[in-house]
Amino acid sequence: MAPGLRDIPEGTNGAASGVSTSDRDGSRHGKSWVGWLVSDDPPGRLLLNVIMLVVLAAFVFAPFLFPGTKALGVASRICIFVILVASYDLMLGYTGIVSFAHTMFFGAYGVAILLAKGWVGWWAVIVGAAAGVAVSLVVAVAIGLLSLRVRAIFFSMITLAVASFALILAEQWRDLTGGEDGLTFSVPAILKPGFRLFPDPVLGVTFNGRVITYYLIFIVSLVLFLLMLRIVNSPFGRVLQAIRENEFRVEAMGYQVVAYRTIVSALSAVMAALAGALMALLLGYNGPDATLSFSLMIDILLMIVIGGMGTMYGAVIGAVLVVLAEYYLQNILGAVHGVLPDVPLISALFHPERWLLWLGVLFVLIVTFFPQGIFGWLRHRR
Amino acid sequence: MSKEWQERLQYWAPYAVTPLLVLAVLPAMGFTAWVTLTVAGFTMGMMLFLVASGLTLIFGLMEVLNFAHAAFVTVGAYVTVSVLRPLGGWTADPSLTLNLAALLVALVAAAAASALGYVFERIIIRQVYGAPLRQILITIGALTVIEQLVIVVWGPEAIPLPKPASLRGSIFLGASSIETYRLFALFVGLAVAAAMHLVLTRTRIGLVVRAGVEDREMVQALGYRIRRVFVGVFIAGTALAGMGGMMWGQYQTLVTSQIGDGMIILVFIILIIGGLGSVGGCFIGAILVGLTSNYVGFLAPKLALGSNILLMALILLWRPRGLFPVAGH
Repeated sequence: MAPGLRDIPEGTNGAASGVSTSDRDGSRHGKSWVGWLVSDDPPGRLLLNVIMLVVLAAFVFAPFLFPGTKALGVASRICIFVILVASYDLMLGYTGIVSFAHTMFFGAYGVAILLAKGWVGWWAVIVGAAAGVAVSLVVAVAIGLLSLRVRAIFFSMITLAVASFALILAEQWRDLTGGEDGLTFSVPAILKPGFRLFPDPVLGVTFNGRVITYYLIFIVSLVLFLLMLRIVNSPFGRVLQAIRENEFRVEAMGYQVVAYRTIVSALSAVMAALAGALMALLLGYNGPDATLSFSLMIDILLMIVIGGMGTMYGAVIGAVLVVLAEYYLQNILGAVHGVLPDVPLISALFHPERWLLWLGVLFVLIVTFFPQGIFGWLRHRR
Repeated sequence: MSKEWQERLQYWAPYAVTPLLVLAVLPAMGFTAWVTLTVAGFTMGMMLFLVASGLTLIFGLMEVLNFAHAAFVTVGAYVTVSVLRPLGGWTADPSLTLNLAALLVALVAAAAASALGYVFERIIIRQVYGAPLRQILITIGALTVIEQLVIVVWGPEAIPLPKPASLRGSIFLGASSIETYRLFALFVGLAVAAAMHLVLTRTRIGLVVRAGVEDREMVQALGYRIRRVFVGVFIAGTALAGMGGMMWGQYQTLVTSQIGDGMIILVFIILIIGGLGSVGGCFIGAILVGLTSNYVGFLAPKLALGSNILLMALILLWRPRGLFPVAGH
């Protein structure tokens, strides 16, 4: 059913559309290191470049700009979600396949299990992350080979079923996963809040374990993000986009569509597993609700659709907006709720716990009116 | 074996799966338990079939995979709660006629939930025909919104939904006990399946629907307004989902806002097993899933929750497009 996959509006096809051909050639000859870093796929317009630079700067100086434990936690969470959403974009936005099992790979228990079982230090983290990645890779390839042969919609349904199975497994296999309570464990000493890198505050910020955790997460996320940007702008990435636009044609040109789809879903799973390892380090905890729940999957979809599919940068915008909304929209709703008269239905609509309702409405509106998302819309606005 | 026989085997093999399964587990458990579990499995299958058949027809006809189908199940269950609450005296009364009247009210209420289906088709589905990616996204979004609205209207707490008095308890068939409500659900499910079969095979509109599933454009070219047929099928499908929600809610005697989500994953497995768009496949798939859940739940409780995934994987390895693939899908 290839024609159906063509329903991403024209122009979201990633790199080439935002920047004219001559620009791309120019930067390639110019060999500017910034161009090399972003794989010759800059955000595009001046406004977008500025927004992205502001966001980048905000993250680089986050501990100085937004002091406080909560703000730093939010910033770390955003970084992790950027990776999670960008890796999902590899599948959804670039290849046109919908998976519901992304949280399954994100819920990599590898790090959590090893640390909770009494391993200590960085080796446990590395081995755990590697194990998580390996398991994700194998599972993703197995699902892909089982279901991507037939048609894309099968893949969506099967991933939904498998993801629910993984959630049940994590809840039931108490010995290994701690069941619904999850696992609490201690992270390496350097990442603990009590640790001090410098004895005195630097520019008013104490470099404790939390700040170090943040920078670790930020740097890994940045590297992974640039890596994914490189992947989608490689010949491999071009084939993916071609599959999204016209599967049959790509097949006719001699490419193994199934192989490409399976590889990209495996790649995406690996990235999600790495993001999951970072999440474990951030929280010192892993449980079904934190990393596996279906509402998290909805969050990912929200982020990617709001930000803009098939752009990579859209993941950044989406993750920033949705995570901020999750943390602060509740407060706003709470304020509105407090002001409103006590009319039964209306006040229930603005109950602080109903933030998902409003994000859902926003989601439907964006899919309806701005299918390119915020980033795509800004990039292609005349 | 001659070629002709091989073809026959190929054709009949999918039909043989269910009877073989039923017979294969008999030695593993006592006869008494086997009867109870088989009836329970068929019952669960019937309730799942109510929800799945609507979804498979909607998909078959218009290639729309409606993830928000789960929301209609939930709405159906909650509407039943609201309708039956003022009629509490009726359902507590052990006289059968009064109970059936109360159930009829519930059926009407569940069908009224399909009015929501009409609005839904108008607002949401209509704009995403032929765009599977946006369909999935927008129906997932709509599912979230409807579920949250259900919480707004009915509150976040789980609501108990007692079974009608005359359908509580069990009857004994030899030594095996069978819940009365299960027999009732079995009866309702079979009646709906039979009615659906008759409509699809004996009426003109059924003919158009079946033809539309096979080749939409050809039916359109012959002058039928396939969109209008589709709206009808969509409404009927949501009504069935609402009814399934009512039955499922009463069966579990508890209604939560997640009731549809829990069911829809089984429904998707049924669709995949049966072959997308095939009503017959959906019927057999539903029974298979119901039976597997009950048998495995009895024989190896630890495996119960994963058993249907396993079933799906096995069937996909054998037939990658499901047991009864529909041409063109």
